[in-house]
This record gives sequence, structure tokens and C-alpha cells, in this order.
Amino acid sequence: MKLTLKIWRQDGPTAKGRFETYEMPAVVPDMSFLEMIDVLNERLIAEEAEPIAFDHDCREGICGSCSMMINGIPHGPERGTATCQLHMRKFKDGQHITVEPWRARSFPIIKDLAVDRSPLDRIIEAGGYISAPTGAARDANEILIPKEAADAAMDAAACIGCGACVAACPNGAAQLFTAAKYSHLSLLPQGQPERWTRAIGMVDEMERWFGSCTNFGECETACPKEISIDFIALLNRDYIKAQFKNRRLSGQKS
Amino acid sequence: MSTINLDSKIPAGPLEDKWDNHKFSVKLVNPANRRKFRVVIVGSGLAGASAAATLGELGYHVQLLTFHDSPRRAHSIAAQGGINAAKNYPNDGDSVKRLFYDTIKGGDFRSREANVHRLAQVSVNIIDQCVSQGVPFAREYAGLLDNRSFGGAQVSRTFYARGQTGQQLLLGAYQALARQIHLGNVELHNRTEMLDMVMKDGRAVGLVARDLITGAIHSYSGHAVVLATGGYGNVFYLSTNAMASNVTAAWRAHKRGALMANPCFTQIHPTCIPASDEFQSKLTLMSESLRNDGRIWVPQNAEETRSPEQIPDSERDYFLERMYPSFGNLAPRDIASRASKRQVDVGKGVGPIKNGVYLDFDEAINRLGAPVIEERYGNLLQMYERITGEDPYKMPMRIYPAVHYTMGGLWVDYNLMSNVEGLYVLGEANFSDHGANRLGASALMQGLSDGYFVLPATITDYLAPQLGEAPISTDDPIFKQAEAAVRDRTNQMVAIKGTHSPDHFHRELGKIIWEHCGMERSAESLDQALAEIPVLREQFWNDVRVLGDTESFNQSVEKAGRVADFLEFGEELVLDARRREESCGGHFRVEYQTEDGEALRNDDDFAHVAAWEWEGEGNEPTLHREPLVYENVHLATRSYK
Repeated sequence: MKLTLKIWRQDGPTAKGRFETYEMPAVVPDMSFLEMIDVLNERLIAEEAEPIAFDHDCREGICGSCSMMINGIPHGPERGTATCQLHMRKFKDGQHITVEPWRARSFPIIKDLAVDRSPLDRIIEAGGYISAPTGAARDANEILIPKEAADAAMDAAACIGCGACVAACPNGAAQLFTAAKYSHLSLLPQGQPERWTRAIGMVDEMERWFGSCTNFGECETACPKEISIDFIALLNRDYIKAQFKNRRLSGQKS
Repeated sequence: MSTINLDSKIPAGPLEDKWDNHKFSVKLVNPANRRKFRVVIVGSGLAGASAAATLGELGYHVQLLTFHDSPRRAHSIAAQGGINAAKNYPNDGDSVKRLFYDTIKGGDFRSREANVHRLAQVSVNIIDQCVSQGVPFAREYAGLLDNRSFGGAQVSRTFYARGQTGQQLLLGAYQALARQIHLGNVELHNRTEMLDMVMKDGRAVGLVARDLITGAIHSYSGHAVVLATGGYGNVFYLSTNAMASNVTAAWRAHKRGALMANPCFTQIHPTCIPASDEFQSKLTLMSESLRNDGRIWVPQNAEETRSPEQIPDSERDYFLERMYPSFGNLAPRDIASRASKRQVDVGKGVGPIKNGVYLDFDEAINRLGAPVIEERYGNLLQMYERITGEDPYKMPMRIYPAVHYTMGGLWVDYNLMSNVEGLYVLGEANFSDHGANRLGASALMQGLSDGYFVLPATITDYLAPQLGEAPISTDDPIFKQAEAAVRDRTNQMVAIKGTHSPDHFHRELGKIIWEHCGMERSAESLDQALAEIPVLREQFWNDVRVLGDTESFNQSVEKAGRVADFLEFGEELVLDARRREESCGGHFRVEYQTEDGEALRNDDDFAHVAAWEWEGEGNEPTLHREPLVYENVHLATRSYK
């Protein structure tokens, strides 16, 4: 396959960026997208040009490192697929492909296609956990969790924290990321005691860094794990409820 | 030669009581004093994150370094199949003793009894801990936890969260860690890579690291240093490890005096997707859990040209079921890998370049229906389809063994402290629990055992006597010298301005090691590798091309440093394989095999841990031996027939 790549290059966080065009005369359809970039980088090194910086690690679609806007779509055209799992057989011979870093003000560019996504960690630190110090646990089977609840929690827990939802959102909102982690924990019995403080903690931290959700739904389309925006509804409902919830009553069944 | 005394510090007393007795005998640090201690931890995978979170909860001050942008990216996240625990929930005869025995046997009798028994004991606490954190393990309809079975076991003791068990366990540890970061007990330094360890008066007192964004070199000091930096499988270039996984942190500690134990014990996982072309950057694992329902076969006829569904059952060879009837497709990894390799070697391989064997779900789909198979393995089968473009519900999958895990690592005693005082090593980075072969679903168990339960209980013994002493200042000349040495080395690589990329040298090294020290090894092949590696290393230091500067984000600089360390480490790995003149577990020397081609151990001469001491560049490392004493199990020939 013959392809033309137009790739965003930026030398550093404060440098002015630009697009550079690279002709790729012999792309093998079985290559992954990142392997194609590897080949290009080897060629650039041979030509004494600096290789393209990009984040990547597991190349199995689970670590959430890879982060490329491919023709304006986070992770490219294949639904439910991270950049590292996208293969060139999904493109056509002669195609022009534009590659950019995640587009979001909350994710400043470090270099070329690599961005800083640490605000996502701040949201988890603000309540995206169940406080369970090591050693305090009771027997695992004493907590009965109906399969449907466990499955729903797992659907939300599948989030890989890549930030595609933020990059896809016209507002740069992190609502799907936050809702996925919030829902994973709050759908489980273990997550109930901290449910209302978690809702406020995570949402308030999210608002510090990211834009606001206006239900475009672009995030769900971009998500490599196809996480449903239904979880955003749960988060929004709980955030409102949490504002007037009498926490002294939270030991009771609602 | 030094006077290293390899004292494993295994507590006295009956096997079942050793851990309890030991916990009672160690010195403690009282809660009000804990904040006076600083511990530096490198790595944020299962072992590092769980250790950092737990030490933070206890009240210690923790500095955590990870080269990732977020702790959640560590490669533990990619573990698919599950985690073992001796819960015996299915009531099928499991017990701590059986998990202990299966692990010792699976490791081909090359691990310490006391460590493995402790691992089996602690396994049950891990599941409790993870459930209380909200890890969404698979459940039955009544709400109870579900189990599946894994290779090398005849019971169902594996807990799982779809095909994303590693992800969910790591997120559990990461979330506990995030809570401690929020509380200020753990200080996180992301995108920071350890490049040297600092010693003073024979103790590990800190380390030097590079800020990967600015390129600045900084020092970190503490009362103790903990490495949880993973395995070295990427020395083979193509492996299932993540792209950034490397040996650098462990190797830097090794060059400062920590012993490297059993580096030749590397695991080749039987079920990976075969390589498709020379551009392939890594291999992808397909979880061992698939072997619960998938059947492995090759055509009986090497000249077979029909597509798999047209080959009748009578003309297929289900070779694992035939050779190992009682374990069948669930034979341990080393055995299943070699069996597959031999089928491919005699020309029965399948696929376009005849480099795989079939893993077939047809029978299971007929028996259980496609929806059940999708429920159990859906995301794995989807991943396979994405990579290969083939639908595993219609066509058998093609699989082939690939490097996956490394049992060897830095030598540690029962406390997980290396021979260097104050240096602890956890998880895959140490050598401790898996002997010569790891059983499936045991890596997650060990990482979390080390981090949640073992280190927090043993580190107090080393910290307590240091009460009242401040950590060595990072202004101390010892740190400044180490920083200067790291800067020099990094600058040296950039100054070479040669003609080949760091990746080029990595790929060449991988070819040497895979070909000469892979699934089968011989004295001849290993000697060949020992001749070739130093030549390649020399070429690297004369001809590597690292573009850009060292004072900014520069992935070529990162990569070059890691490859340079692999080029030294690889030689030691091969040397260890050369000196271990027996076959055991993942280490298969063709000279030592039984009549039917199984590994032939030599317990008289090699029932020991081989721990190597660095003697400086150009010198052969010194071999130290820790004898393995078996008081509870009988050293038997493994049989899975």
C-alpha cells in the first residue's frame, strides 16, 4: 500500500507546531498503525531527522498510552479500537492520513504526538477509590454481588484511561472517563459508604481541569472500550443527589 | 571475589508456621514513628503500587517513581487470564498445601519451599483484599465468586475479571495508591526513570533518575530502596512485554553489587499470535484460559493444504491431549510450548508461513453455544480478529509460543531484601517464587503478595534500628558523583553519532538470544551467543545513532540506555544458561533430555540458585550458589501424563 501521512510535529511544549508530510511507499496491510510509525521513525533516523515522539507501550489496547487523532478521530476509524490495535488493512491504497496529538486544552503537548494527561490521575485521587486499607478485608465471598451488578461494574471498569473521550469532546469534557470510574465503584456494594463523597470529590476535581459535558455523545463513539454514556447519567444524578444527601442516614438501605 | 554470604534467612520451624513465626520475630516500627521513615519505590505495577499504597496506609513516607505518564500504565495491566488463590470455593480438593505443591512442581523444583508456601498462604488474603477494593471479579448468578482452571493444576482456583484480570487488579492497587497520594503519604514522580542506585557504607541509600520530560537528572534518597521494575523478557526483542519494559533498574542495581539470580529461567508462553512480518514490534499473548475450552492441534500430514474446517477429525493430531492425557490442553507452559515448537519444526506448522498450531473452539462452540464462549473469552477473540483479520468463531486460531515472563531476577532473601542491605526487590524483578517455570495466574498472585503483604511485614526489621537517623542528603558527594556518571553516560551515547538506531541493535540482540538461547539451548548454541553478543555491544558503542539532545523529552535517549543495558545483561543470561548443565522448566538444554524428549534435571549438581556477581566490564561475573533444601517435598520427575 502507498500512503501519504501528514503528521503534527512540535519540538516542545512552548514551541510552535507544524504539519509535516511523509510519503509511505510500501505499507504492509498486516502492520499495525504504530508499526507503520515505527518504520517511518527508522527511516527518519537513517535520514538524520529526529523521530516522531508518541506515547505507546503495551500495544494490546489495554494500557491506554497510545493517543493519536487519525483523520480527526481519536484512535482512528475503527470502532472500539485503540490506535495500537488499528491495522493498516482498514485503510485504502493511496489514502491521505492526518495524524495529530489529542486535541484538548487540559492535555498540553509535550512533544509531537505526546501529551500530558495527568489531570485524569487527579480525578482518581479525588475520590476514585474504595478506602480499603490492606489487611482489613473480610472473606471475599461474604460480599454477595449479583452477577448483573458485577457485570455492569465491569462494563464501566473496562476504561483504559486513554483520554480519547476528552479529545473527542467539543467541550474537552472528561465526563465519560469520570463516570466510568465513578460507576464501576458506585455500582458495587463495597462502594456504597463513600458513594456521595466520591460523587462530589470526583466531579469537583474534574470541573477544575476540564470543560463541561453538554451531551454531545462524541465520547462514546470514540471510546476504544465502547463505554456507554448511560454511566454519565448515573454520575450526574448522583452528583445532584449528593448535594442534599443526609450522610448520617447513609447506613440505611435507600 | 568478594565475601558474599548468600543467607536466605528462611525462618526455622515447620513449613506451615514459618511465616507466622517470622512476623512475630521481626522488629516493628510504632505508628507514630513511621512518618519519620522514607522509602523510595521504583515501579508502579502490581508489586510497586500495592507496596506504595500499603506503606502509605501504614504511615511511612513513600516516594514512588514510574517512567510511565501514569502509574496505571504499568505492564501488569495487560495480564489477561486470572489470579490463583487457594480458596477452595469450588470444593474440588484445593488447599494451601496443594497450591504450594503445584507451584513447586510447576517450577520444576528450583524454588524455595518457604517462599512458595508463604505465597500460597497469602493468596487467600489477596482475593479478600481485592474484592474489598472493588475489583469486579466474575460472579455466579447467586453473587458468589466464579473460578476457572489454569495450566499445571487439576483444580479450579483461578479468579478472573473477564480477560482483563491484570487491568482490574492493577486499577485496584492504583486506586489505593491514588488515595495515599491524595493524603500526602505517597509522593508520585511520573515520567521519571531510575538510571542508577546509590550506595553508602554498603547500604542502598537512594537512586538517581532522569526526568523524562526535561531530561534533568535528580537524586532520591530514603531509608530503604524498593525495586518493583518488572521482568527482562524484552532482551529477546520480540516478546509479549510492553515496549518500554526493560532491565535497566535491576541491571543498575546489579552493577552496584546486587546479585542476579537464575537469569536463564525465561518463560515461553505457548499461546501467542504468531509473528506476521519483519516489522512486527511485539507479540500478543492470547490468555492461557483459552486452553480451558480450546483444543490444540496440527494436521497429521505435514503436506496438508486444506483449510482447517475441511480436515476431518481423524486426520488431526491433538498432540497435547495425546501426549499428556490427564492434563491435556492444560499442560504447563514450558511443556506445551516445546510440544508446539516440535510440531512446527517437523513441518506441521499452520498458517501462511507455517509458524503456528491451531487452537480450536469448534467443539466448545458446539457443546456450549457461541454466546457462552463469547461471554468467557469475547474480548480475547475480538483482539485476535483485530490483529489477524480472521474470525475465531469460524476459523481455528493460530498460535505459537513467545517469550512472556522471566522467572529469574535479582536475588532476594526471605524478607525480599537483596544481598545489598536496604535494597528490596518485588514482583517479577526478583527471582524468588517460580523456580524454573511459572504457572499461569501466579504472576499476579506473587506481585500482590510481595507488595500488599510481604514487604510491609518484613521492611520494619530493617527500618526500626534506623530510628532517629535522617536519610543521606541528596547533596552528599556520593549522589553528586552518581548524577555526574549518569549524565556522562547519556551524553556519551548521543555523542557517538553512528549510523544505526537503538532499535536496530535491540533487534539484532533479540535474534541472537532467541536463536541460541530460546526454547531449546545447547552448549554449542550458547557458546555461539557468547561470542556474538560482545561484538554487537562493541558495535553499539561505536555506531549507535541517538538524535536530539539529552535535555528534553527524547525517546531515543531512553531507548538507547535500555538497549545498552540489555546488551550487557544478555551475555550474563546466556552465561547462566551455559553453566546450568541440566534441563529444568523453561530452561531446556538439548543435551539433557529423557528418551521421550522431556526435561532431564540434575538434582545432584544443580538443585541450587545460581546468583551472579558483577565483576566489572570485560570480566566474567562470579557465580555464587544458594543450595535449595527440600524438607517437605520429594524431588520427583514432573509428569503431566
